[in-house]
This record gives sequence, structure tokens and C-alpha cells, in this order.
Amino acid sequence: MVSAVMNGGGGHGSALRSFLKKVAQFVIVLATTLLGLVAVTFFIGRVVPIDPVIAVVGDRAPAHVYERVRTELGLDRPLIEQFVIYVKKAATGDFGNSVLTTNPVMTDIINVFPATLELATLGTLIGVLIGIPLGVLAAVKRGTLIDQFVRVLGLVGYSVPIFWLGLMGLLLFYAKLGWVAGPGRIDVTYSYLYTPVTGIVLLDTAMQGQWDAFWDAVSHVILPACLLGYFSLAYISRMTRSFMLNELAQEYVIAARVKGLSEMRVIWRHALRNAAVPLVTVIALSYANLLEGSVLTETVFAWPGLGQYITNSLQNADMNAVLGGTLVIGTVFVLLNLVSDLLYRLLDPRTR
Amino acid sequence: MAGAPLAEQPAGLRAWLLSPEPHSRWQARLGRFYLGWRAFSRNPLAVVGLGIVILLILLAIFADVIAPYSPVAGGDLRTQRLLPPSETFWFGTDDQARDIFSRVVYGSRITLFVVVLVALIATPIGLLVGTVSGYLGGWVDTVLMRITDIFLAFPRLVLALAFVAALGPGIENAIIAIAITSWPPYARIARAETLMIRNSDFIAAVKLQGASTPRIIMGHVVPLCISSLIVRVTLDMAGIILTAAGLGFLGLGAQPPMPEWGAMVATGRNYLIDQWWVAAMPGLAIFVVSLGFNLLGDGLRDVLDPKAAK
Repeated sequence: MVSAVMNGGGGHGSALRSFLKKVAQFVIVLATTLLGLVAVTFFIGRVVPIDPVIAVVGDRAPAHVYERVRTELGLDRPLIEQFVIYVKKAATGDFGNSVLTTNPVMTDIINVFPATLELATLGTLIGVLIGIPLGVLAAVKRGTLIDQFVRVLGLVGYSVPIFWLGLMGLLLFYAKLGWVAGPGRIDVTYSYLYTPVTGIVLLDTAMQGQWDAFWDAVSHVILPACLLGYFSLAYISRMTRSFMLNELAQEYVIAARVKGLSEMRVIWRHALRNAAVPLVTVIALSYANLLEGSVLTETVFAWPGLGQYITNSLQNADMNAVLGGTLVIGTVFVLLNLVSDLLYRLLDPRTR
Repeated sequence: MAGAPLAEQPAGLRAWLLSPEPHSRWQARLGRFYLGWRAFSRNPLAVVGLGIVILLILLAIFADVIAPYSPVAGGDLRTQRLLPPSETFWFGTDDQARDIFSRVVYGSRITLFVVVLVALIATPIGLLVGTVSGYLGGWVDTVLMRITDIFLAFPRLVLALAFVAALGPGIENAIIAIAITSWPPYARIARAETLMIRNSDFIAAVKLQGASTPRIIMGHVVPLCISSLIVRVTLDMAGIILTAAGLGFLGLGAQPPMPEWGAMVATGRNYLIDQWWVAAMPGLAIFVVSLGFNLLGDGLRDVLDPKAAK
């Protein structure tokens, strides 16, 4: 206690030092976590399979092929040496070549990642734009029919298998009603009308003024985006409700009401602004969860993103691609957590 | 009052249950259970959830009696293939002329098998890691919690996918993979509980009597952590079912001809537009069962942990 007070009074020098110390701690935690992620994928790739060589060459390969591949994979060396090599390669983004596409795994991932990013971003946007007002409404009208409705909406979102809901959505809105386009990102007829620059179809077509192609892309993306948006909404509305209930019980809300502020102003300007700080963490987490949800959604909608890349590779026993993709998703997960943590510190003066 | 007969009037039974001076440990426990049940049954959604879970268990036990047809052997491929729901085939038939209702009924066994096994594997791992980490503290704590955090850093389905990819597809491997990805939150909870127990007087007393560290952890810390873990595991069951179904959908869980619900949805995908029931029915079963576990878990949490209920 005493030392903290003295440090606080020490002026800029010690403030900077404690800041640097925090940054150093942050970096160490981040580094060990990332190293751990690499260790897990190394373990899955090299230790779990009965024989990684057979996984590559198949069980009918002649002995000399087997030996050559074994040496090429570095499996004749001690495990710890293999791990060091693996870490060094992973640090430079080298996950080996994909058996399926013969490209380096990292190149493949860079190609497919924008599609996943597009879907997850739209999903989170939908989740935020609908989920937060719903959560606020449920908290304000606590115990009413609206509250029950939001609760059930959330519970259904937690319980429904995403791949099944996607299929049912396709059945209803694509096959029966014809309101949206089917699987894929864009019709083949439009796919030659623009050149991929960012890899995000909506951006590319809009920037190049290909509005027909743009609207076609919209009708392709709307169903999977709404699907992911619903899952994000289920989580965000539930958390918003609980944060808002917390804030509405605080004394400053009473003070604001006593001052004669309108109820709208009290709720949206005062209470929600304070609830927004923990909400940032929730939104970052839901964004990360959508990356996971995208694995199944992309499979259902033939969406050429990271999730489909991983499942395709799985079906073809392409371990390099599977582990590379897993590692990338894990890293994005860790980084998103880090960003939300930093934002939290930035937004909430109490944590400074 | 001693030995009050159970066949008394309901009012008498209630008085016996709620007696402030129970005569036996057994009576006290029943009384606590009764109070919990009263709080639980006030929540209609939770009761519905309990009903669904009981129904699932009954379906699994009596699958032989309930299912009208074989889950594996199909009927006549010329006339009974892909029939819509009717009085003879309640949920319709699939591409191999098998009755989908019978397959869904038998599938409840697989679902229950997965959930129970994952809980039986993952809970002890989490319990052991958490209690050891919390009780010993120091570098053991740091190392074990870093490992836990690393496993938490992967999205569950993706990590399970990678494990199944390495182990090979199959229901056993899917269970192992899901269990490996499920234990970290349990370790966290067990550790938090242990930190509260660690400094209590009764632990000090046991220590003074000369009990060894493993004995203290296994005999005195673990039993106190179990109850809060049970709630968490119940809340997780829906997630376990969805992950298992997702693996099945991707062809990595139960292999054909096993009637696993996720794999059945994957089959139905090929007939989605004209024979919607093939995919719709098993998916509905997954949805209802995981909704049941979620409702039950929510109700249990409200009863056992009033602080979290808002």
C-alpha cells in the first residue's frame, strides 16, 4: 500500500516504468500463450498419430519411400529438436505445403481468410445492431413479455445446431421462397466482372462500380451473415441485459432521473454508456466465437473461407493445412482477447 | 417424533421434511432437496427442461421397445425409399429406406453415451488440475494455469477437429477430442473453490494430524468442489451435444450406419430440397435435447447459485 502511494507520487519517471513493466508482462504472457498454441498443434501433428509418416505416404508405401519421408519430416531427430524447428518455421508463417492444393499453407490461408472475415464481420454487425437494443429493452422492461421473448430467443440461439439452422434457412429462403441466392459467394456469371483486390467481394465489386455483381454478392451473403448474426445476437443480447440491469440499479441513474432527465436519455446516454465498457469485451468474444461458428456455416453454404478450407483439408487427411488453419484461428482468438483487454483499459478510467 | 412414518398425510410429510431439527443426516438432506425442488419447480421452463432430459433417458433405455423398425436395416429399396412422414413412418424414411423415427430413437443412446462419457472423462481431469493447482500454489499453479489458458485459447470445435484429424474419425475419438477440449473451464472453477477452502481451519486441523498432501486434496478438497462442478457440467452438456453433432455432421464422429443425429443431418443434406424431412427430423432432435439441457442448467443454477440469477 505504502509503496504504491510512493510510486504514484514519483512523477513521470515511475509512471513510465510501471507502464513499461505492464507492457513487458503483457508481452511475456502473449509469447508464452502463442508458444503454447504452437506446442499443442505440434503435439497433435507429431505425437498423437500412431505414425505421422504413414499419415503422409499411406500404409502401402515401399520401405525406401517411407525412410525418405521420415528423414524429410525430420522424424529421425529427437523430439525436442523437431519442436524447435517447428517453432522456428511457425514463427515465420511456414506451416509446410498443403497436400491438396500443393501451395504453401500460409498462401492458401491468406487467400481464403478475407471470405471468413467478411462473413464474421457482417455477422457481428448484425449481432451488435440488433442484440444491444434487444438487451437494453429486456433490461428496461424486466419481467414482461418482451423480456421473456428475448430470453427464449437467446436460449434457442444457444441450443440450435448452426449447421441444421443453415440448411433449414436454405430450404425455406432459397429453395421454397427464392428470396436469396444459394450457396457460394457470387454467381459464376458475375465472377469475371471484377478483379479481386481485397478479397472481400462486397468491397471489390462496389469499388469497381459493378453494381449487378454487388447485389448478387449481397443476396449470397445475406443468409449466412444473418445466421451468424443470430448466434452473435443471442450472446450479446443476454450479456447486454445483465450489464444494463446492473447499471440501472446504480445511484447515478436515480440521480439522473431526479434531475428530471427523460427516460430515453437516462437509459441510452447514461446507463448504456457505462454498460458499453464490459460490452466491448463481449463483442470481441462473440467475434471470436463466430470464427468457430464459421467452420460449420461455411461448410453448409459452400463459402470458400478458412472454415471450409480446414474441413476440406480434414477430409483429405491434409494435416499441414488443418494444423496451420487451427493455429491461425487460435492466434486470432488470442489477439482478439488482447485487443478487448486493451480497449477495456482504454475505455474504463478506473483500470488505469 | 422418532421414526415418523412416511405414510403420513402430505402435510405431515412436509412438516417432517422442513423440520428445523432433523433427526438424521438423511432427513436433513431430503429436506434440503425438497426446498431446492420447490424453488426449481417454480420455474416452468426449468421443469420443461427436466422433462426433456428425462424423456431422452427413457428413450435411450427403452429404444428397443419404442422404435418400430430397425435403426440399421432398411426396408424395400424400391418402394420405401425417401417416403414423406406418414402414419407408418412418423418421420419419413431416408435414402436407404430406413425409418427415420426409429433411427432418431436409437440415436438418443449415442447422444447420451457421448454426454456421459465426456462428463466422466473431462470432470476428473479438470478437478485434479484445478485442486492441485489451487492447493499447491507457487510455480505448479503458474504452470498448470498457463496450460489451461492455452487450451482455452482455441475455439472448442476447431481444436476438437484437429484432434479427430490426428486420431482418425470415429465416435470414441470424437469423445476423447471433446473431453480434451472440455476440461479447462472445470479446472478454473475447481481452482477458485480450492483457493477458498485452502486456508480454512479444518484443513489446518487435518494437516496438524499429519495427513499427506495427496490425502488432503483427494479426501478433503475434492469432495467440496464437486457440487459446483456438477452445475457447470450440466450447463455444458448442450455445448457437448452440439460439438458432437457438429463433428458427426462433418463426418468425423460416429461412422455409418450408426444412427448419430449430426451424421443423419449430413445425409439429409443431399436430399434437402425435395425430401426435407431427412435432414429436418434428426436436427430437430438435436435442438430439442440441447434446449432441454440448457433449460435444466439454467434452472439448476438459479436454485444452487442465487447470486448468478438475475
